[in-house]
Amino acid sequence: MRFQLFVVLLVVLLTVPAFAQVDPSGEWAPRFHEDQPERIPGPEIGDYLGLPINDAARLRADSWDASLLTLPEHQCKPHPADYSPRGPANLRITKEVDKDSQEIVAFHTHISWQAPERTIWMDGREHPPDFAAHTWQGFSTGKWEGDMLTVTTTHLKAGWIRRNGVPRSDRATLTEHWIRHGDYLTLVSIINDPVYLTEPFIRTTNWVLDPRQQIAPYPCDAVVEVERPKGTVPHHLPGTNTFLSEFPKKHGVPEVAARGGAETTYPEYQSKIRPSAK
Amino acid sequence: MTKKRVLFPSSQRKTGYAERSEGADGVVSSATYSGRTDHPGAPASIKLSRHPSSASSARRGILALFSSVVLLGLSTGLACAQRNSEIHVLHVQGSVYMLVGAAGNIAVQVGKDGVLLVDTGGAQMTDQVLATVKQLAKPITNRPIRYIINTHFHPDHTGGNEKLRAAGATITGGNVAGNISDATEGAALFAHENVMKRMSAPTGSAAPRSSGAWPTDTYFGDKKEIFFNTEAIQLFHPNSAHTDGDSIVFFRRSDVISTGDIFMTTNYPVVDLQAGGSINGVIDALNFILDLTIPAEKQEGGTMVIPGHGRLCDEADVVEYRDMVTIIRDRIQDLIKKGMTLEQVKAAKPTRDYDPMYGSTTGFWTTEMFVEAVYKSLSTKK
Repeated sequence: MRFQLFVVLLVVLLTVPAFAQVDPSGEWAPRFHEDQPERIPGPEIGDYLGLPINDAARLRADSWDASLLTLPEHQCKPHPADYSPRGPANLRITKEVDKDSQEIVAFHTHISWQAPERTIWMDGREHPPDFAAHTWQGFSTGKWEGDMLTVTTTHLKAGWIRRNGVPRSDRATLTEHWIRHGDYLTLVSIINDPVYLTEPFIRTTNWVLDPRQQIAPYPCDAVVEVERPKGTVPHHLPGTNTFLSEFPKKHGVPEVAARGGAETTYPEYQSKIRPSAK
Repeated sequence: MTKKRVLFPSSQRKTGYAERSEGADGVVSSATYSGRTDHPGAPASIKLSRHPSSASSARRGILALFSSVVLLGLSTGLACAQRNSEIHVLHVQGSVYMLVGAAGNIAVQVGKDGVLLVDTGGAQMTDQVLATVKQLAKPITNRPIRYIINTHFHPDHTGGNEKLRAAGATITGGNVAGNISDATEGAALFAHENVMKRMSAPTGSAAPRSSGAWPTDTYFGDKKEIFFNTEAIQLFHPNSAHTDGDSIVFFRRSDVISTGDIFMTTNYPVVDLQAGGSINGVIDALNFILDLTIPAEKQEGGTMVIPGHGRLCDEADVVEYRDMVTIIRDRIQDLIKKGMTLEQVKAAKPTRDYDPMYGSTTGFWTTEMFVEAVYKSLSTKK
């Protein structure tokens, strides 16, 4: 009996993965208690609060005109991998398992808005060479760090940090930590962009397990929404965007804080601007 | 690199694991994946264990190359790197490959009828380019380089013209005296007629380039058509863009465009005013490229675009670049309208939000040179 028990225990122990792993697979409904004004109504023009951006990013955002999105070639862009979890992000995670070894080959994610499909390779493969194409979802590889799935993504197309024109370059890399606590899923994402950020940009996003969730298809058909001369690219010339002042006025935010920058992301910045706050 | 005899389903290939094809058993020589992305145009990088001094290694390299070609049908893209050179090969799609590392990018179309090259890179890398093209073509065809197309005349794209043309053979007709093979010496070299003008010189003057590098066939007007390797290939000539002799090459069946230096991911567009270029011509040409490209889904994939320099792209990348060039053109145009001098425009730094991406203070094409070229291009009365 003792021997049989030993064998059973041995089998159980041998079938436990070498590292602790918590399966994130499932249907996940987004929660918007973090950054709701930015994520659902959408960010206001000129709101760069809390973004560690440089002057170049600031000018690009100041020049951005939402009319750009009416151009047919801009209409069907999905959010890139670093932004799509922030939007209307009903999320499905599935895992791909090798039938022989039972090792996890990859996780696949599907998000509701514009239906971006993403693969997170778990099989140790290398990232592509520099001269390979970039995609909206980039090239992702994952590894377990205890119960936490850590994902590294490269080869992203040029995208956005905030969807009011704050840019993120195609040289950026994304590091993510996916953490599941029972029916809750938390994503910690860290963007490093040598072009437009002076510090890593970190944010968190949360979901709740929703087994009844069904994500609808999201086809996209680009059309001419506004007739314009060929080659027109809507934008604001430097110094002409009159909308930039609306956000700080409306919310009583000091203009200097609304312009963002690494310094504005730290708590001590509040004491620095308090005298000027109105 | 460790090799293991392991069979993986097509979506489960991994670094260090060799394979022949989806569903096939066993290992093929020394071809090893160093990364398959399964996204458009970006999949695997294959390193060939080829050492020139070792015949057996060379054979393994060739076998590896063969295996890589077999895999082409299974993957959406493929890259291979030869250890004996710095030329990298990326399978774009269909019959078209992109060669990286020879100064300007080179597009290679390979099929049963032979090889067609778009551009020939810098002269210093020609031997490596030729060796790479031969390796690439050998499993597919025993026919030579038949055609070379020059997207423009600059030496980083035409430096290999003479050697690569000499390594090829033209399909020719007409009356031939003596041995018919004599008449086929060298590949045909196509370009817009202004490329010929830039490379040659009137009788009695010294030509900038030796005659062996000149086009053998030129076209005028706005387009030329070729049918090769069961594929329609269109050459479009944008009027006064990067130079006055540009050609955009569109492989219709493969759905790949080679743009020359009208489009690059590495720096601001080079507007060669002395060679007939103009900023508005560059923007018109970028918009023309966008007319040709059709993304597969959600602004991704579909028509792939090989830039003159930099990484493989698709429509969305050209859109990003077109937007940038247009916005900067508009800013400088506005400053000119306000009566600013060139120095005042430079001081206004109209490119400063894009400088971390495309700008440079050193090298052959600095940000200041770009701003100056745009200013002069817009200030020139037509």
